[in-house]
Amino acid sequence: MREGPVVGAEESARAGPRRRGRTLAQQEARAGLALLSPTLIVVLVMVVIPILWTVVIAFQSLRLRNLRTRLFDFSFTLDNFGNVLTSPGFLEALKVTLIYSVVGTALSIGLGLVAALVVRKPFKGRTLVRASMLLPYVAPVVAVTFAWTIMLDPELGIVNAIGADLLGWEERIPFLTQESGTLSIFGLDLGVPTALIVVTLYQAWRYFPFSFLFILARLQALPAELDEAARVDGATPLQRFWRITLPQLQGVIALLTVLRFIWTFNEFDDIYLLTQGGAGTEVVSVRVFRYLTGRGDIGAAAALSLVLALLLAVLLFLYFKFFVGRVEEADAI
Amino acid sequence: MSRTDVDTGIAERPQPPREAAKRPSRPRPPLSREIVETRILGVLKWITIAFFLIATLFPFYYMVMLSVRAIEDVALDPGALWPPRGVSTAAFGEVLRSVDDGGQGFLTFLRNSAVIALASVALTLLVSILGSYAIARLQFFGRRQVNFLFLAVYLFPAILLAIPLFVFFTRIGLRGSLFGLILVYASQIVPVTIYMLRNYFETVPESLEEAAALDGAGRLTIIRKVSLPLAMPAIMATSLFVFMIAWNEFLFALLFLVENRQNWTVSLGLSQLAGSIEVAKTTLMAGSVILTVPIVILFFATERLLVEGLTAGAEKG
Repeated sequence: MREGPVVGAEESARAGPRRRGRTLAQQEARAGLALLSPTLIVVLVMVVIPILWTVVIAFQSLRLRNLRTRLFDFSFTLDNFGNVLTSPGFLEALKVTLIYSVVGTALSIGLGLVAALVVRKPFKGRTLVRASMLLPYVAPVVAVTFAWTIMLDPELGIVNAIGADLLGWEERIPFLTQESGTLSIFGLDLGVPTALIVVTLYQAWRYFPFSFLFILARLQALPAELDEAARVDGATPLQRFWRITLPQLQGVIALLTVLRFIWTFNEFDDIYLLTQGGAGTEVVSVRVFRYLTGRGDIGAAAALSLVLALLLAVLLFLYFKFFVGRVEEADAI
Repeated sequence: MSRTDVDTGIAERPQPPREAAKRPSRPRPPLSREIVETRILGVLKWITIAFFLIATLFPFYYMVMLSVRAIEDVALDPGALWPPRGVSTAAFGEVLRSVDDGGQGFLTFLRNSAVIALASVALTLLVSILGSYAIARLQFFGRRQVNFLFLAVYLFPAILLAIPLFVFFTRIGLRGSLFGLILVYASQIVPVTIYMLRNYFETVPESLEEAAALDGAGRLTIIRKVSLPLAMPAIMATSLFVFMIAWNEFLFALLFLVENRQNWTVSLGLSQLAGSIEVAKTTLMAGSVILTVPIVILFFATERLLVEGLTAGAEKG
């Protein structure tokens, strides 16, 4: 990335004092590895080896109750994958995960973009507004999911109370436990997956601050000259947004899309705390957790989590192949 | 459009004259597109800000409001936006009292959470300061690969990592201990903090370190006396970031500590509280407030520092 200046600096460092005959480059390499070794050890032991180990476990018939005897039993089997892929509800969970990830990612980035645009220019109290908008993201997940759960509660929740008092809802809506409800618009009855919509909206609410933060930082670093020139040429605010500002945000939005998609795809806490994966909101990671704790089937849990990771890798590959290439071409023009 | 649509004879022609006509007449029209859009957007902007403020703040307000109401009162009037029948702190008392006194023992959980969060900060910083300095400053074989590896590792789902760690800690008997959880947190956050700190170390002028080296200072002395003080803002931001993640974390706490009530964190204690039917929702909200308040105070006190630390480098696109 920054090869030029770095290499230059190394050259000048080489003119410094020498110790014990070794060249400075060698000394530096040794120092570098020595300083990095705690990091390497921690990440290797606690992250890399576990990931590789998951692959091994996925091919073992390992259960919580035979953990002591079977852990080093390396008679590999494909049963876990077979069971996991053909078990009832797997395809449904996959579909829910995809919908949740795609819609949730789009919504959270869209909201983040709008929020960043409205606080772009300084005004009185802007710092406080910005901090408030970041609150959903920094607050503890357990606390905010409970606040939402009670807000949406059919008996005690304020949403149903307001719906009944002001909007004339005839029956209370159990937002988090209703798999599908009917939405009547202009006499049309539409079937809607209530709980899935609610958890997706929740996810947009909780994670838009992340996109907001990064888009705002980028917005404030944009050169003012382009916008000014377009204004002088008579471009209206909306035209300037579509033609000048948005293209310059393409890079950060593409990056956010990847990050948010990965994180939403792997999301566990929020859905588990809101619905325990019930009412048609069982995403794959919640299913993995169920295999692990509910059934104590460690092998199946590992197999399913590997399937999840592989699927994500394929989706990311497709994204980079088909979208990023195009974005870069567009940038070149 | 409608003005120029009148002469429909030639499709392409209307455009240029319109452009030409527009320019000299700009000062005249009171309602040009520019002005209309600017006005509408000006109003929309404030409506949008109000919408975002209500959407982000209301759940927190609701949480606090419910925590000081009696549960019967809530059942009677769930739509109230203000505690109609006065404020009571009974729910907080119940949550904080120890189990022996008929409470939920959140004081112990608070202590556990604080210990875990602070120890995670210390361990993460110790490891990642050395590592990020090495990546930012020193030329050695595999420097780039290490960099890439750290980021790649972070893309795996937490639940995938949780399985072998669960097995491993069960096997060596560390499951249920605070120490095991601290190790897990630190190792999971290190890749990100390395990334954050490295960006900052790269902006510290190298000439200062070279000067210290010429004066005969060793590598560790240089880091301690020169680079660290200069990187203090980034280190503070990173510490806050780690503290918040460790304080808020739920999945690993649930997997590792659930069987050992003495070691529960506030997040875990609260989630377990929700499972029992006899606990009132207002008590649950009091617990949520206790969990949230330290983070919110910390965040508002350090917002600028944290935001700058997190988005350092984002400006470059």
